[in-house]
Amino acid sequence: MTAPREDIALVAAAGRASSEQRAAWLSTRHLVLAGAIAVAAVLPLVLQGFVVFQLTQVMIYGLAILGLNLLTGFNGQFSVGHGAFYGLGAYVTAILMQHYSIAYYWTLPAAGGICFIVGFLFGLPALRLQGLYLALVTFAAAVALPQLLKFHGLENWTGGVQGIVVDQPEPPAFLPIGTDQWLYYFTLAVVLIMFAAANSLVKSRTGRAIMAIRDHPIAATAMGINQPLYKTLTFGVSALYTGVAGALGALAVQFVAPDSFSLFLSIYFLVGLILGGIGSLPGCLFGGLFVLYVPNIAAEVSRGLAGAIYGVIMLLVIFVMPSGAAGFTRLAVAQLSRLRNRDLRR
Amino acid sequence: MKKLTRRTILAATPAALALGGLSLAARPACAAKQYGPGVTDDEIKIGNTGPFSGPASSYNAVPKSQVAYWKMVNDEGGINGRKVNFISYDDGYTPPKTVEMVRKLVEQDNVLLIASPLGTPTNSAIWHYMNQKKVPQLFVATGATKWDDPKGHPWTIGWQPNYQSEGRIYAAYILKEKPDAKIGVLYQNDDFGKDYLKGLTDGLADKASQMLAVKASYETTDPTIDSQIVDMKAAGCDVLFNTAIPKFAAQAIKKAAEIAWTPLHILSSIGSSVGATLKPAGLDNSRGLISDFYLKDPTDPKWKDDAGFKEWVAFMDKYLPGADKSDGGYVAGYSLAGTTAQVLKQCGDELTRENIMKQAANLHDFTVPMLLPGITINTSLTDFAPIKQVQMARFDGERWQLFGPLLTGAVG
Repeated sequence: MTAPREDIALVAAAGRASSEQRAAWLSTRHLVLAGAIAVAAVLPLVLQGFVVFQLTQVMIYGLAILGLNLLTGFNGQFSVGHGAFYGLGAYVTAILMQHYSIAYYWTLPAAGGICFIVGFLFGLPALRLQGLYLALVTFAAAVALPQLLKFHGLENWTGGVQGIVVDQPEPPAFLPIGTDQWLYYFTLAVVLIMFAAANSLVKSRTGRAIMAIRDHPIAATAMGINQPLYKTLTFGVSALYTGVAGALGALAVQFVAPDSFSLFLSIYFLVGLILGGIGSLPGCLFGGLFVLYVPNIAAEVSRGLAGAIYGVIMLLVIFVMPSGAAGFTRLAVAQLSRLRNRDLRR
Repeated sequence: MKKLTRRTILAATPAALALGGLSLAARPACAAKQYGPGVTDDEIKIGNTGPFSGPASSYNAVPKSQVAYWKMVNDEGGINGRKVNFISYDDGYTPPKTVEMVRKLVEQDNVLLIASPLGTPTNSAIWHYMNQKKVPQLFVATGATKWDDPKGHPWTIGWQPNYQSEGRIYAAYILKEKPDAKIGVLYQNDDFGKDYLKGLTDGLADKASQMLAVKASYETTDPTIDSQIVDMKAAGCDVLFNTAIPKFAAQAIKKAAEIAWTPLHILSSIGSSVGATLKPAGLDNSRGLISDFYLKDPTDPKWKDDAGFKEWVAFMDKYLPGADKSDGGYVAGYSLAGTTAQVLKQCGDELTRENIMKQAANLHDFTVPMLLPGITINTSLTDFAPIKQVQMARFDGERWQLFGPLLTGAVG
């Protein structure tokens, strides 16, 4: 538990640096961001279709984890059931596309909207439940969803256990790229917009209110923050993000079935959130990487012991990066700049 | 003349030798050898997915025994001189992971074909992809009827008797044994339950409306199916067609015994496991049940001296030592891989994806060691349901006793 304290000290040290240096650091940060986007834009042109598909899924999982992060990381409410919102978003897209022939891009706002409403309503009981109790309620949602999807009253819509096959989004005719690449760029665009929006939200007055509730609910109320409203809204926005991710997931996999959205999905989101970094936006993408690739790596080491190896990798990651990938990067950057400052002083 | 001959012979001999040698070497190279992706002169790459982890991991005997089977094939010299590189990935029984893993197999590992992926939702998820990419999805390990669709999905082929044909077989049995029966059907309200019901209805043909007295469905989420059974007795049914999964099948058997209802009780292959259904229901209550089989039951002592069974036991002892031999999954996986091996053998040196499908649709009277005696695998360009025959069995209080001739549920 020394890491955060050290972190604070380092940040304080960085704060003492001249404003010029800070401006330079900021622009470095922007350069890194621009570079990352450029690399992300070029990748599908050089990689084979299957890897492009995997990276698309990483972004989608990253977006889903971002949704969970807004709720847990920034607002301090627990959810062990975000797989349910992911599944709901996926089904909204599948049903709209296959039963109502709506174009795939229009299904994203619909999926987000419906998930927002459901998430908002879900947030109402959450007002009376704290911590572990709330976690249990969301857990129930994750357990219930696959069975609700199989329920025969809804079968005409959901297709029951057979699920729904979703048509693959075709690239516009004027673009000379394949369907995998098109889906990657489409996902990239959506993810960038949603991350930018989350970034503005977190840095806004509203975002500060959301975090104030997490840090000290009583003080937040005393400052005039409407706790019930902010909490339910955060739940809704969080569900919206995860729902849009689910909608993109349905487009990428081209198939939805109750077995795709088991309880494990929710647990994986939680794992991705913690390992990526609670309360960090870029950390969510690392979480997505972990969710997709680590089970594959574990299975490659030994199929019989895949579960055990997954656990070992998870432990190692937590030992090396106790505050997630985001905290680790922050620390590393701060350490580097301290070293550089020392060199400069000499 | 003499000179000429001599010179001719001298000149001609090496030329002839060279020509002969050339043509010998050239024949396999250009005339018949045709390779699709994943094939070389000494290797064939095959892909597979299965539930090594996750909620359905108890089925992992099926992919495991396939891995072991190909090891045996390779130890024995491979197929037509080529070793088989069988790559099997874990999909945890989750459709998105199956899509990811199958795409990895096809696009990165460059396999020739995907053999026997397990599960209905998982196979459904890759169904369109495989047919779009024109990669064989061979002998899927699921009994849904939709895999028999050579026109719409020419790159996917089933294997085990599908639920609809099983339903037709029971219909024929009922028509023969109790032509005036009043039938109560208990089915799960999803694709496989409806498959059974459709097969039964089709099999009863014009007598269906008259004979099907009660059609009672249940949800997997229901706590019990007691009321359905009571309703059937009250309606005067004298045949119970029970297509439930083990938990509910056992409840039905128990409830029927409790209310002293003794219909002709037919249990589908889904619920016919002695361990999972009949023991919990009570072996005494289960006496007289009717079901059907297509594979040899590895726990039945009657196969002790059977050549095919011995072959399987030898395989299990050598390649899967310590595995539970009462697990039917090992029988299924062994038999599935044996069928794929036959297709590869038939392909000879023309190992293209097109020829794989051509040969998969060209199996005639083929059999694998653990199929019941007399059951054969037959396919054609219009018939993608390899196993169609089953044999009826009656439960004698201890084990299933096969009886009667082999039956087939295929139409026409």
